[in-house]
Order: sequence, then C-alpha cells, then structure tokens
Amino acid sequence: MAEISLKQVVKNYGRTPVVHGIDLEIADNEFVVLVGPSGCGKSTTLRMIAGLEDISDGEIRIRGRLVNDLPPRKRNISMVFQNYALYPHMSVRDNLGFGLKIAGQSKKVVAERVDEAAGILGLSELLDRLPAELSGGQRQRVAMGRAIVRHPDAFLFDEPLSNLDAKLRGQMRAEIKKLHQKVASTIVYVTHDQIEAMTLADRIVVMRDGHIDQVGTPMEVFNHPANTFVAAFIGSPPMNQLPATLDDGRLRLGDGTAIALPTRLRERVRAGQKLILGVRPDDISPEGHGLLEEGEHDTIDLEVDIAEPLGMESLIYSRLAGQEVLAKLYGPRLLSPGERLTCRVALTRAHLFDADTGRNLEAD
Amino acid sequence: MSRAVRQRVQAVALWIATFLLMVIMCIPGLWVVLSAFRPNREILARPPVWVPERLTFNNFAKIFGLGDAQVAIPVGSYFMNSVVIALTSTFVALVIGMAGGYAFARFRFRFKNSLFLSLMLFRTVPGIALSLPLFMLWSRLGIIDTQMGLIIVYIALNVPFTIWLIDGFFRQIPMSLSEAAQVDGCTRWQAFWKIEFPLAKGGIAAAGVFAFLTSWNEYALAAQLTRSTDSKTLPVGLMDFTAQFTIDWAGMSAMAVIIIVPALILTFLVQKHLIRGLTFGGVKG
Repeated sequence: MAEISLKQVVKNYGRTPVVHGIDLEIADNEFVVLVGPSGCGKSTTLRMIAGLEDISDGEIRIRGRLVNDLPPRKRNISMVFQNYALYPHMSVRDNLGFGLKIAGQSKKVVAERVDEAAGILGLSELLDRLPAELSGGQRQRVAMGRAIVRHPDAFLFDEPLSNLDAKLRGQMRAEIKKLHQKVASTIVYVTHDQIEAMTLADRIVVMRDGHIDQVGTPMEVFNHPANTFVAAFIGSPPMNQLPATLDDGRLRLGDGTAIALPTRLRERVRAGQKLILGVRPDDISPEGHGLLEEGEHDTIDLEVDIAEPLGMESLIYSRLAGQEVLAKLYGPRLLSPGERLTCRVALTRAHLFDADTGRNLEAD
Repeated sequence: MSRAVRQRVQAVALWIATFLLMVIMCIPGLWVVLSAFRPNREILARPPVWVPERLTFNNFAKIFGLGDAQVAIPVGSYFMNSVVIALTSTFVALVIGMAGGYAFARFRFRFKNSLFLSLMLFRTVPGIALSLPLFMLWSRLGIIDTQMGLIIVYIALNVPFTIWLIDGFFRQIPMSLSEAAQVDGCTRWQAFWKIEFPLAKGGIAAAGVFAFLTSWNEYALAAQLTRSTDSKTLPVGLMDFTAQFTIDWAGMSAMAVIIIVPALILTFLVQKHLIRGLTFGGVKG
C-alpha cells in the first residue's frame, strides 16, 4: 500500500485546460473520494493517476516514485471502471486471474489468489460463468475482485456504482466500505454522488471546473463548507442560500425580513457587506419539530407551498425573500398548503458567505 | 373464415411466394451445376432436359486433361493462381484493414474524417473505369501478367472495405477494456492481441471472407491484366472454353462449379460471422 501525491498537476486537451494545477496528498490506507459535477475534472484526475491520460504539467508520485512517464502497467495500481470493463470472452476465473497471468505468476499462485479474492467477494460459485451471465451487482464484484487479486499499491474507482439501481447501489456501497476494512488499502474513488462521497470517504475532495474547492473529512465538508458551491453540492436536499446585507447588527434579506447575526460571526462581517446566509433545511424547523431545540436561534414565518412526508420527517417547500426555501419537520404531523408556520432557524449551524467571492467567512 | 385459418392461409401463401422467388433466383446456379455433370448434347437439347438421364464426371475429367480428352485447359494453374492471388491479397488487405480500422476507431488525428470519407469514395469508382490506366501503368512497371500485379489491384480494391468493416467492430468494443488490460499489466500491444483482437475476431473474419470473395470472383480487371498461365485466374480461364465458332458449355459449367464450391464452403463456414458482420459492424455513429 502506498501514499499518492499530486503536485501542481495540469491537464490540457489541446488548448483547453481541464485540470488547473491541483495539489493533493493522499495518505497510506486512506479512502479519498473525488466528488463534483460532471466536467469538473475528477475522472481526468483519476485517469492521470492511473496513467491512462498524460499529464500536461506537474508531477504525480505513488509511494514516493515519480510516475509521470510510466505506463499504467508499471504503476502497480488497479482500477474499477464505470462500465466494469470485464473481458467478455473470458470466464470470471480468467477475468480475475488475467493480471496475474500477464505478470507471469505460476498457475498455483494465480489459482490461490483468485480463490482468495472470490472468497472475499462471494464469487466462488460464479467462477466458471461468463460476464454476460452475471447480474449487475455480480459484475461489479468481479470488477472489484480483479482489482484486489493483484495486491496493488492503490485502488482507483471511477464511478463504479453509477450503473446500478438505487437498492443495489446501497448494498455495493457497503461492500466497498467492508472491502476497504478487510483489505487495508489506499483508495481513490470518483463519484458525482455526494451521498457516496459522504458515506465512503475518509476525506472528500470537492472539485469544480478543474480546481479543488475543498479537501476535508465528510463532517468538515458538511459542517464547514469552504464556499457556496461546496455548501450547495454536499448535503441533500441542498443548503438554502439567501442573499442578505448587514443592517444595524442584523441580517436583512431582500424582502426586509431580519434574522439575527450569529454571535460567533460578529467579528467577521463588515457593515454594508453583501452576504449570503446559508442554512440547511434540517436547521429550519417549525417550533417543537426541530433537531436542535437548544442553542442560539431566531424565528421566521414560513407559508407551506408543498409538504413532502418522508416518514420520519417531512420536507417543507416554502418561499422567503422571493426564492424557494426548504425546511424540515421532524416528528411529522399533517401539513396543508397555505398553512403558516413559525420556524426556528438554528444560528449555531448557520453559515455566512461573501456574496462576491462565495467564500465562507469562517474559512481561513 | 376464422382468424386462425386466415393466418394459416397467409403463412402458407407467403411460404409459397418465397419458395418461388428462391427457385427463380437459384435456377441459373442450378442449371450450371446440372450442366457440369452432363454432356454438351443434353445441355443444348430443345426442349431443355430438366432431369438428366445420367450424371457423368467426364466434364471434370476433360478439363483436367484426364482420359481421352483433347481439350487441355490448364485448370490446375488457374486454380493455383486464384488461390495464391486471393489469399495473399486478402491477407494483406486484412492486415492493413486491422491497422487502419483500429486507428480510425481508437485514435484522434488530423483529417481523420476526410480521410475516412475519401477511403469510402474510392469504393464508388467502378473498377472497370480504372482498367485502362491500370493497364498502362502496369505495363510500364512490367507487372502485366504477373500474380503480383493482380494482388496489388485486389488489395487496393479491398482495403477501404476491410477498414470500414473492422473500424465498426473496434468501435463496438469499449475503450475501457483495453485500458483495464493496460492497468492489469499489459502493454498496448498485448492489450490489443489478448482483449480487442479476440473480441473483433468475428468482424475480422467477415471482412476476410468478403475480401476473399471479391478477389476470387473478380473478372473484369483480371481479364485486362492477365495473359497466360502465369497469372490467369479461374474466372478469366472460363473464357478459354469459347472458340471462334463453338462454346464448350459442359467444360465451362464444370469449371464454374470448381469456382463456386470453395466460395460456397467458405461462406457456409463463416455465415454466422457474416450476418453479424453486416448487421453489427455496419451500425455505427
């Protein structure tokens, strides 16, 4: 297993830059998830680590060794592809053993390692089948098996779950997590799904337009988003973002609604500064139906447009200062459209962003 | 009439119509095969004799110069010429087709689309239109009446087609398979031979059969560019049976059968790939 280091890595396609000099240090045995919307450069970054794309500038090291000019086969990494990329003309056994055979391992070693991987992933019964005879989840497991038999320095996953249905995706997510616990390993995992990022990662790398916006543990990224983009991207439903100005020590929204300025942010704002107030739907709840009943808060009045009962909670769609605002009702009761609710806004968990730069005022 | 009966009648009518069409299409072939096994007298009889009184191998014996035959046509040489020319040109067209098809399917390079289009445009030129310039060029180069001369022509004739068909097949194979193999430890070359080639095998076989049949059956250009037993192929050799005042239909038919049979066997062997090649390889964006 090994650490991976990216320094000022740049990728241009012709004259179009797609990755703008990113820096990233991935520790030994760390599970790092690159997440971002499509076109943000996350897959390109992964493919550069794999050696499937050339690097335009900068350097990539795996286990301290500069790999810029090494072909994929000399990097001792393995990769799970979005479409699994199983060899259709080979049985599961041959798919799993292919890399070992190429490496010139003896038949005995190949058989042992294939059996070991098949055991870990529950593929022992399927070894003689062809990929076409497997279900989506089984194919996914074979792809992972092919990655682990070679005992590589690092595993790379390129959106491995995006071809599965929702239920299977949940199961396979858990299996990948288990795999990481069983086979201590450095993993770089690319996804556009923030739930996968949150559930799997030791550290999340949020990317946008070829830049890294934030690197942190899932909790850091969720609780302290570096900017409005990360705030909107991580968390579902996304964080409410309301333009506001500072007026007489209070936050004034577009329609004149005033909300108290969180105490901890008093030192960070300037008078007249254009701001964006960020509050997650979980932190706006009708009185008596919230998660955080303690701590600093303010109240606002909201009118219910639509209510979506989700079981343990209901999602409330409303409007505030001319834009849609989402709130959550825990311990649900029946809500009717047009009903007016007095909601608590948990200020301890609210964020302020600079409206011009989008940066979180608490980000240093 | 109930619906079931009506459907049944329709099915039978369709079957009969198809059968009749098939018969009409097959009659020339059938007639050639029949004629190969009976004497000239019976072939020319009026009204035509449909059911031969007896079948004979005399025609074949004759054209090979066996028995008391006077007609000595060097079928053996023609056959060998055909085999050598068709196999060699097919092999080369396949090698170029694989390299070209792979390049068009996998790589990005300047003028790719115009190059591909111009390759296809070459297919639209009727070969016979080129026969005169070819003849002049070949005679200057001194390769008139050589196997090499014809081989070069057939390679040129087949390459656009093999590239087109094989390109379609490689396009169907996801890039990620080759990439997975490279991550698994292969060089690009190994990834090609171990993963992409086996998967495109059917298409390559189909392209090979088409190329072989084109070369095997080609008459017009071969008739211009060959003279003697050094290079004459079977279809050209057929003309040896026409004299100023007579045509040896029986011998000609026997030789036609010799031409048809290898092509038929080959087509039969790879028919599965052929159909897949035409429907699958041809569909691409």
